Formats: sequence, C-alpha cells, structure tokens
Amino acid sequence: MAITQQSPRPERVFWTGNEAVAWAAVAAGAEIMCGYPITPQNEIMHTWVRLAHQYGLDFLQTEDELSAGFATLGGVLAGKVAFTATAGPGTVLMQEPLSMAEMMRLPVVVVVCQRGGPSTGTVIYSQQEVMLACFGGNGEGLRVVYAPATHQELYDYTIKAFRVAWKYRFPTIVLSDGYQAKMREALTVYRVEDQVRGEAYVGRPGVPGVARPPAHLRNTYNLEEELYDLLANYTTAFQEIQPRVGEWQEEDWQGAELLVVAHGVVTRAARAAVRELRGEGYPVGYFRPVTLRPFPAEVLRRWASLGGTMLVVESAAGQLRRLVAEALAGYGFRLEGLLRPGVGITPEEIVAVARGLLAAN
Amino acid sequence: MPRSWATENKPHRFCPGCGHPLALKALGEAVDDLDIQGRVIFGCDIGCSLLAWDFFNLDSVQTHHGRTIPVMVGMKRARPGLICVAYMGDGGGYAIGAQHLVSAALRHEQITVLLANNSIYAMTGGQMAPTTLPGQKTETTPFGRDPEKTGRPTRGPEMARLLGGEGVYAARGTVANVRQLKNYVKKALRHQMEGRGFSFVEALSTCPTNWRTGAAETWEWVEKKMPAEFPLGEFGGDAPDGRASRPESVLREGGGEG
Repeated sequence: MAITQQSPRPERVFWTGNEAVAWAAVAAGAEIMCGYPITPQNEIMHTWVRLAHQYGLDFLQTEDELSAGFATLGGVLAGKVAFTATAGPGTVLMQEPLSMAEMMRLPVVVVVCQRGGPSTGTVIYSQQEVMLACFGGNGEGLRVVYAPATHQELYDYTIKAFRVAWKYRFPTIVLSDGYQAKMREALTVYRVEDQVRGEAYVGRPGVPGVARPPAHLRNTYNLEEELYDLLANYTTAFQEIQPRVGEWQEEDWQGAELLVVAHGVVTRAARAAVRELRGEGYPVGYFRPVTLRPFPAEVLRRWASLGGTMLVVESAAGQLRRLVAEALAGYGFRLEGLLRPGVGITPEEIVAVARGLLAAN
Repeated sequence: MPRSWATENKPHRFCPGCGHPLALKALGEAVDDLDIQGRVIFGCDIGCSLLAWDFFNLDSVQTHHGRTIPVMVGMKRARPGLICVAYMGDGGGYAIGAQHLVSAALRHEQITVLLANNSIYAMTGGQMAPTTLPGQKTETTPFGRDPEKTGRPTRGPEMARLLGGEGVYAARGTVANVRQLKNYVKKALRHQMEGRGFSFVEALSTCPTNWRTGAAETWEWVEKKMPAEFPLGEFGGDAPDGRASRPESVLREGGGEG
C-alpha cells in the first residue's frame, strides 16, 4: 500500500472511498481524528487509526458523535488540524458541534457518508443528508459542502476541504455516501507539499491578562443586536467566498432543452444518460453542483433565463431539487424530478424519464 | 480577588447570593497558588456557568450541554501541556451531558471538571435537576420531588470514582467552605498536572433566586440540608459503593491547609 506522505511520485491505487478519505486527510496535514462507529463511515476510522500510528498522529474513539464533534473542536481550538466522520443518525447529532463551529468560525472538517433515512434507515446508501449537511443545526448553514462523485474526487476534495476550512474559517463538509464509501475504484494519490497548518485559538504564548489579553471565546450573546451584528458579518463573509469557493461541472448546457441536474455519485449515471441521449441527437445537457454550499447558481441562472425543462435526479425525495428551486426562484422553467430516496439510480432509468419529458415538450 | 480573575469584568453577573462566584474564587485561588495562569484553559457550559465566559484572565471557551468536557478532552489531547478545566452545572454534567462525564472518568481523560451543584436548573427558571433533593419544590416538581417517580439525587463524585477507579480523583466541597473547596480543586489540578488521570470536584452551591430563600435559609440549605444528601469529602479508597471512605478525617485535613 502506498504511503502518500513519503511518496513523491503520483501513484495509482485501488481503494475504497473511505480509505481514500483517510489517506487524503493524512496527506492534507490532519493531525487528529475523533470518531464514533457508524456504518458506512467506519473504514475512515479504521484506516486513519493505522496511519495515525504510523505517522504519530492522534485518534480518539468517543462515546458518541456529539463528543466526537466537540472533541474535534477542542483540537481545532488548540490549533490542530482535526476532523471527524459520521453518517445518518450520527449526522443528526453532529449538528450540535457544527453549530458551534459556525458560531465560532472553527475550521472543522466533517466527512459525511450518507445512509438511508429517516432514523436508523439503512446502512447502505442515500443522498438524504443534503439538507442536514447544508442547513442542519440552529443557524444559517454557514458551511462549505463538497459533493464528490469519484474516488479521485474524494481524495482531492478531502484535501481541499482542510485547505478551505482553515483559509476561510467555516466548517467544511465532504458529503460522501455509502456507495462511494464502500466500493473500490482506481485513483491517483499524491503527496501534498504545502500541507495545511493549524493556528491556535487558545493557549498561545504568554500569560493571559499579563503578557497578552485572554482569549474569551463564547457562543452566547445577551442582546438581539449583538447577535445580529455578528451574523451580518458572518453572512457577508460567506457570500463573499461564494465566487471563489463555489464549484460546478456542466456539459452542453447551452441550447439544452432538457438539463439533467445531479450531485455526488448520481452524476455518474446522469452524465452517462446525457451522453447517450446526445448521441441520439437530443438537445440534452448536464449540470452538477460540486459545492452544495455555497450553491453555484450562476450557470443555472443563465440556462434558466432561456427556459426549458430541468430534470433533477437524486437518491432523495427532493433535497437537491429544493436547493435548485431556491437558487432559481422567479425563473420560468419546468422543474421535474427523478427522485429515488435511499436507492441507486441507473443511466437507463434517467434515459427513460428524459425521453418521456422530451416527447412531452 | 484572585490574581487570575479579570478585574475589569467585576462586579460579576451572577445574582446576589449565588454560589458560582465562590466556586470560581476557589478555582482562581487554586490557579494562583499553583502559578499556572499561563497554562490553564477554562471551559464553561450553558446555564448560569456561561456567565463566567470572560470571568478570568485565562483563555476561555464557552459551549453548552456538558459538551465542555469533550471540548476540553480534545484540547488536552491536542496540547497535553495545557491544563484544561471544564466548569458546568449539575444539569450539564449529570443530565444532558452525563455521557461525557461518565466516559471521561472511564477513559481517565487528563482534564479537571468542576461542577456546581445547586440542586436546580437555575438559568432556565428553576426546574428539577438530577440533584434536586427529595421533597424539594421546583417549577417541574411543584409538589416536591417524589423519588418514587423521579429517582434519587445524582451523586456525581461517587459515580466518577466508582467508574474510573484509581485513575480518578473525586471530591465534593461546598461554597460554604471555600478553603476546603480550594484545597480539593488544587488536588484535582495537581492530579491532572501529574498525569494521573481524570479529576472531578463537585461544589455544593446556592441559588436563592430559584430556591426562593432568604440569606439565613439559603445558608441553612447549603450548610446542613445538602451535605446530608451529598456527603462532603474525597472519594476513593475501598468503599465498594463509591461513598466517601472517611469524609470526616478528610474534612479536617482539608480545612487545615492554606
């Protein structure tokens, strides 16, 4: 097995997505992982703990996801590059530490391996944690959310997640899923020369109150205006990073009468379906938000201003569709969904639905 | 005033007669005596304890629901040279965040928890706490706490010691005896500094606002009524149920030290 930190040359490997995430975290410069067992996330911990042993990094198995999240934040506050990973009901519990990270602008990285819900659901797969990832918690969803679609992207975007989190100081989520977590796929791993470096929020040199002011970090505010002013700054900062952080992919959106929109692993099927239909001469395009937060609305707005039909394809009952509808509110176009909560979607299914929509146009 | 207090934030924000400032005085003096102001990180929780977020000239972090414990756990593991203190109330430590207290004791996490037990949820307006005494009237037990229906008061230090065994220093002091409380807090901090495991001090505390008591009655409550349910002293030794092994002798020893 390749050792990314010691391997200067790019190397081809055949890993599960969870292995790719753990190795990417090491490559990025992560120093601490705290976690609690839940399927389909477990192999991120399994891989990390072995790598941590090898490289002198830290791992803590906590009593629950609350503790995993908050202990990760403790590591971040102490200045370490730290992350956690979870899924399903664990993602629900993770909202509490994520809210604290939003309130204190703590650069925590959380890898979410979506499983079927609600509740215990299945351990297998879904895309039902989009709203939780983007807007869970009692707040405003001030998070960056990446939705990788391949193992190469899991590796690339996990590294990027640490970089973006520490650069902009917003909690950052890598939104994986059970399929990506468990299947094996070829990818190229590489060493990161410019690893992410943490910065301490507490425990800096000097006696507080004597040599320097103490760091007094809080989540609580007394006055409405106090909180409002703080959040106004935060939301402005979040809007400002949108053009730099927002990412998308598209194929042939210009002139597309039917635009197929998907995210994460489903984009594989969506793209295959679009290529097949285009091969047959249909005016079909493809769009994929790589970041679900901030949502990259610009290309979509350009397309929507021309009108047409959009087919949102997702393994959920309309969570991505809700993001799209909000981003394109006021534009005149037809919004359709191929919505399969908790199950995979094949190119054939998409092609069949798309043909029906094209025929009806 | 302890040197480690932030004087510009005084007078503090607690109600008249509140026990928190006395518990925080014990902590402040312990920090001064051990000369560790440059190494201590103070974490406080939700409820009245959050009012201490800028109380000290110590780097301080405020969170909620007893999660102050895992925040300090993560911090300590990240930077073992720091001395991490989690300060919270009985609701955070014994109810909504009890799993963190239990697990920190079991894992011998090298942090110190100082918990104020005033037998009530104070900031939220006086509801029953895990520590509410049998018969005590609160907003959610207006006819008195009935142990048949809601169980007996939680005994935290005993539980922590029972769970963690030798790796745990556990004691219960009271704001009615700050010198003894300071002594326990110092022992707890030393326990952490010497890498001996988890340390936990409960401070019996007062809440005249929610107890709806006058000065004399408040003091009667914390000096006499509470210790009858929550024995003062250090916990450990060979007592199988985790109760104080020899609380009285410990009391004398604690009271005699500066």
